[in-house]
Amino acid sequence: MVEATMNYDEAISKFDPVLGLEVHVELGTNTKMFCGCSTVFGAPPNTQVCPVCLGLPGALPALNKIGVESAIRIGLALNCEIAEWCRFARKNYFYPDMPKNFQTSQYDEPIAFEGYLDVEIDTDEGRKTFRVPIERAHMEEDTGKNSHVGGATGRIHGADYSLVDYNRAGIPLIEIVTKPITGTGKYAPEVAKAYVAALRDILRGLGVSDVKMEQGSLRCDVNLSLRETPESKLGTRSETKNVNSLRSVERAVRYEVSRHAARLAAGDTVVQETRHWHEDTGISTSGRAKSDAEDYRYFPEPDLLPIAPSREWVEELRAALPENPAVRRARLVADWGLSEIDMNTVVNSGALDLIVEAVDAGVDPAAARKWWTGELSRIANDRGIELEELPVTPAHLKRLEELISAGSLNDKLARQALEGVIVGEGDIDEIVKARGLAVVSDDGPLLAAIDEALAADPAVAETIKSGKLAAAGSVVGAVMKATRGQADAARVRELLFEKLGVSE
Amino acid sequence: MSGISQEDVAHLARLAHIDIPADQLGHYAKQLDAILNAVAEVSSLDTANVAAMSHPVPMTNVFREDIPGVSLTAEQALSGAPAVEDERFRVPRILDEE
Repeated sequence: MVEATMNYDEAISKFDPVLGLEVHVELGTNTKMFCGCSTVFGAPPNTQVCPVCLGLPGALPALNKIGVESAIRIGLALNCEIAEWCRFARKNYFYPDMPKNFQTSQYDEPIAFEGYLDVEIDTDEGRKTFRVPIERAHMEEDTGKNSHVGGATGRIHGADYSLVDYNRAGIPLIEIVTKPITGTGKYAPEVAKAYVAALRDILRGLGVSDVKMEQGSLRCDVNLSLRETPESKLGTRSETKNVNSLRSVERAVRYEVSRHAARLAAGDTVVQETRHWHEDTGISTSGRAKSDAEDYRYFPEPDLLPIAPSREWVEELRAALPENPAVRRARLVADWGLSEIDMNTVVNSGALDLIVEAVDAGVDPAAARKWWTGELSRIANDRGIELEELPVTPAHLKRLEELISAGSLNDKLARQALEGVIVGEGDIDEIVKARGLAVVSDDGPLLAAIDEALAADPAVAETIKSGKLAAAGSVVGAVMKATRGQADAARVRELLFEKLGVSE
Repeated sequence: MSGISQEDVAHLARLAHIDIPADQLGHYAKQLDAILNAVAEVSSLDTANVAAMSHPVPMTNVFREDIPGVSLTAEQALSGAPAVEDERFRVPRILDEE
């Protein structure tokens, strides 16, 4: 059912929004949280399962050290306290994607708590920082994957039955929960989006997850409530699930503000419930009422011993944290002399780390940026692979740039050399040699090619002489073709005009 | 008396997916009450200086290295399933029709 909504600007003029965000991140560990089953994405169904993650009687969990370490590192990167002692708990409920009939999670003793993340957004008064308070980050496990058969295609409603693949069951998850985020006013959608984006950058920087929202390794639930004024007590919140792109985070907040406002303005109450976000239509629909599902009867997990991270371990992990992505970004913008827009292009292309590596190896920042966001992005895109998967190293780019500045390669030949690298023909010098890539610097062959081009098109010389210099383009083109791109176009032009006795 | 009501029993039965006929709710309420009362004797002790214990083993930080071990084959994993389709566990409809 489509519910009434109020225009967003009107809604914000009447109510004060309060946000809450829950983000689940799937860790990139080799094995599951409590057993040694592999976590590789896309394996045939039910081939990465064992008695532990299938919940077979008598099976006992064994805790993944890297899962715990990743949780601590995430907590530290989010400015959290790290628990001196904490336990897992059982969250009891029945659902076919969870074969144990409980999820092993943390309840009142999260491994990380009381942190914050600063995010920047554009406001009417320029760029502004909002501090998002973080309540906790805790460890838990993912569920299996249901597919629904019969009824409307693929939907759980009206399905005749379901099929379950437990490969994903037990993969480590970290749930990161904010405190109520107040004071955003009309910028609530932008703050929500900026927070998830900043969190994604931090998690990627930590290397703990591939953070692919479209593949579900980063998932976001949006909680929202409205109140009359910032002084009023918190209103009833809705929890919108399945918000799985940055754009949707922003849209879902906006939609819920408009929906709540319409209800409250009409004198209705907001129902505390779980809602489902629909990417295609941009609306949320009612899921289950929250109240009767909340009796999870948590109790301490008896099969896993408490975790008491030593302060030495925590400090060691803290010292090894990478630079905060926002700080690093600001530093690079200054070092490289980029605009914010250029930097956005770099970050969105996924080339930032690759450019940093190239610059560290001695490549000029502008050149490194040009190759990675231009030609190499195009090639990766054509092949449907990630930039990191290209076999191009900083050393390749460095050598390429040396040859270009020495004048022995031009841009076109450099691209051919890179193509050679990508198809595995060896290093730059080997490819240049094997493919015979070199700018023709000797005027003799160029003059011969010019003569040929003029002979093939006798009228063109007169046209140029009459002052229509643009006609020179076809001659230069013919010479470039004849020399297989190895001529220096500017030199060809120069020689042509010299020959015809015209000056530019 | 801890006071387990028939409504409490019905609620717990619902959460545990156990069918308990209405005429037996009182029977179980009485039994659960007796169990809770027996356990409640512990609260008569002074435990102000005793840390709560959830695990009888005085150990922490028992970890496994992140190295893949042996998993079951799909055939083994599915061998005990009441119904199988497409290498997956086939389960009854999850949501009742509304």
